[in-house]
Amino acid sequence: MSTHTSKVDNSVSYLEYQGKHKGLKAWIFSTDHKRIGLLYLVTMLFFFSIGVTFGFLMRLELLTPGKTIIDPQTYNSFFTLHGIIMIFLFIIPGLPAVFGNFFLPIMIGAKDVSFPRINLLSWWLFLLGGILAIVSVIMPGGAVDTGWTFYVPYSVRTGTNVWPALLAAFILGFSSILTGLNFVTTVHRLRAPGMSWFRLPLFIWSLYSTAWIQVLATPIIGITLLMVFFERVFGFGVFDPALGGDPVLYQHLFWIYSHPAVYIMILPAMGVISEIIPVFSRRTIFGYKFIAFSSIAIAFFGSLVWAHHMFTAGMSSPAMFIFSLLTFIVAIPSAIKVFNWVSTLYKGSIQTDPPLLYALAFIFLFAIGGFTGLIQGALSVNMHIHDTSFIVAHFHYVMFGGTGFGIFAALHYWFPKMFGRKYNLKTAKVGFWTLFVGFNVLYFPMFIMGWLGMPRRYYDYLPEFHIYHSISTYGSWILITGLIIMFTNLYIGYKRGAVTTEENPWGGETLEWQTMTPPPIENFDVIPEVTGDPYGYKQNDENETVKVKEAL
Amino acid sequence: MSGDHNSQHSGEKHVTSYAAYFFVWFALLMLTVITVVVAGINFGNYTVATALFVASIKSYLVLTIFMHLKAESKIFKGFVGVALFFLLISLVLLFSDYSFL
Amino acid sequence: MSSTEHTAGVSHVHRDDEGARLGMWLFLFTELLLFGGLFLLYSVYRYLNQDAFHLAAKELNTLFGTFNTVILLTSSLTMALAIAAIQRGKKTLSVVLQLATLFMAFGFLVNKYIEWTAKIHHGIYPGSEILLDKSSGEILFFGLYYSMTGLHGLHVIIGMALIGYMTRLTVNGVINKDSFVKLESAGLYWHLVDLIWIFLFPLFYLIT
Repeated sequence: MSTHTSKVDNSVSYLEYQGKHKGLKAWIFSTDHKRIGLLYLVTMLFFFSIGVTFGFLMRLELLTPGKTIIDPQTYNSFFTLHGIIMIFLFIIPGLPAVFGNFFLPIMIGAKDVSFPRINLLSWWLFLLGGILAIVSVIMPGGAVDTGWTFYVPYSVRTGTNVWPALLAAFILGFSSILTGLNFVTTVHRLRAPGMSWFRLPLFIWSLYSTAWIQVLATPIIGITLLMVFFERVFGFGVFDPALGGDPVLYQHLFWIYSHPAVYIMILPAMGVISEIIPVFSRRTIFGYKFIAFSSIAIAFFGSLVWAHHMFTAGMSSPAMFIFSLLTFIVAIPSAIKVFNWVSTLYKGSIQTDPPLLYALAFIFLFAIGGFTGLIQGALSVNMHIHDTSFIVAHFHYVMFGGTGFGIFAALHYWFPKMFGRKYNLKTAKVGFWTLFVGFNVLYFPMFIMGWLGMPRRYYDYLPEFHIYHSISTYGSWILITGLIIMFTNLYIGYKRGAVTTEENPWGGETLEWQTMTPPPIENFDVIPEVTGDPYGYKQNDENETVKVKEAL
Repeated sequence: MSGDHNSQHSGEKHVTSYAAYFFVWFALLMLTVITVVVAGINFGNYTVATALFVASIKSYLVLTIFMHLKAESKIFKGFVGVALFFLLISLVLLFSDYSFL
Repeated sequence: MSSTEHTAGVSHVHRDDEGARLGMWLFLFTELLLFGGLFLLYSVYRYLNQDAFHLAAKELNTLFGTFNTVILLTSSLTMALAIAAIQRGKKTLSVVLQLATLFMAFGFLVNKYIEWTAKIHHGIYPGSEILLDKSSGEILFFGLYYSMTGLHGLHVIIGMALIGYMTRLTVNGVINKDSFVKLESAGLYWHLVDLIWIFLFPLFYLIT
């Protein structure tokens, strides 16, 4: 395919490329998928820092029983905003919108996504939604205090700024949909010659599955939140028990999206781990097709388990039985992935660079989060631990320990490719260990106190929980130190790190490592012809074995 | 996956005759008349089922002819199937709660 | 799989109409599921309040509903014909047919306006005293009636804007015999609006 003629200068990197706009405009009006990826990265990290601040202040409040620094109403707003910001502005767009945008076209050998202008629009919507969410905090009326779930009837009755928050979530959902439909179309239409479905990198498989959930499930929450919005304005009565509405039906509709959304969050992280593990153990991924299909299976079964969030809401017994059973089934494809990653590591030539450390931490923390999820899937146990801090610990292990660490892994893995600079490996490792220790000190006590009966979202607690709460708060300080070390190190790397044009610093086999560092505006000089598997390490090749023996 | 030769230029593709569109339009109007007339008769529980059945035939016609789904490659049909299946299974699982209350 | 590879390769060079239509269909699914959420609401509440829904539906005018169905089906026809015309290079005919579609869409909205104002005039609107005196099933029926037909009406307006823009592009010659995927996409959107109505009509007007 070397016949195509290009109008743009493809010899400079996307960072130096001069289009018709200059300065900031060259970024915020750029339709280049790599620049849009970085726009998402910067905005996402900004919102992340706000989310972390809310979380930090909540933990500080819980250091002692009774009032420590803030009053109960402020505390309610803090956990609501922490949830909204972390979920809609950090975890959901974290991997697909940042690294998916940047690497999906490169990894399938395309110049860009199918609809570059819609891609830019989706970032603008993301920004608008994010700003609206922040504005709702400072507007008169008080920051929203419903919890990120906006459960009716409280969300219809509270006098706080629910409507801007609802509108923000709606707009962010729209942004997420546009990213999703862009990815599905791109994967179907723009694969390079020879890039058949089973030669796709596993990150692409996971993004593809995620994109489908984004397209199909997000509209349902969109309309549900819109109905709450209209309920507040016009009083339709559809969610108002006084007028015959059913609040449990709201919960159903909310979780029809929001449970699959959990898989929107975790699947791309699993994809990143599937990329990193083979590269740093120098082995072909074990069970490629199983990992690929388990992504689809997770997306599928993950869409059918929503009501396990509602076991204490008063559902019928058959429904509880069905949803409990389906919940256990989702564990199978997730476990398949974990087994395959571990098998890939087995007898590999392992290099413990920061990306791998984050990937291993992902497996460890996700396993804990996953198993405690199964515990909650059992109906009888769920009655005991529902709405306790056991749940909070569980989903932080999955969402932060899983997806969060997945995002950090991706950041350390692709950093040299994205910016053409190196970060300090030693500092990165120090940051990692601080983060890892802080994380466990922060969240593990929550399992224990939740099991002992500490309810979630409570402002005050009994003296017997004091010890766990204080350990947890100390953990938050360690965790934040780790975050500061990690981000400072990356920032210094970006500003002053050694410039590198090395195409393939880690020795990866996927396409992004076979183009310039940083990539040129059209990604490749010549659209590559794919002839082999994405993880073609020849560990079983006889010559290789001989070479290794000689080396020894 | 999709066919290899028919996808690049829609100009050569699915040129349906005017008559076919008129025929479908006429069928849609007739079905509307039928559904309105039938709604007057009381079938008990089957009234809704009949109305939805007629509506399904109408949407099938719109999807295949007006929206050219018939002429599109398999992937489009698969996509529509996935979307409808998702809606259907959500409905079924939702009623696993409400049917047994 | 060999055909796939071929297609994927070529589409780097050419305009990708099939890709554009694929994206449009995916967008239609999101619209479908947006209404899908409301249909789920409707189905549960109707299941729980069958008699009240029958009673409430008596307030709606079947004649208006039927008339609007005919208008919308016919506008779908003219839209499909507009695409068929441009495929054959008949620019003027296509423009006329698009304008006819717009005209009928407008007619639909006028009808809807008359219908809604009549309801509101009779004191049946969310939060009104007359409605609040009725049973909860009837309140839910009208809550759903206003939200679902309202959202549908909003989509009619968006569709009109879209088709209006396409008419301009057709006049300008941007949409022509060789490049009409934009018009096709607008057509797909319009047919979806029609599809939604095909289900709204029996569920609200024909359950007396």
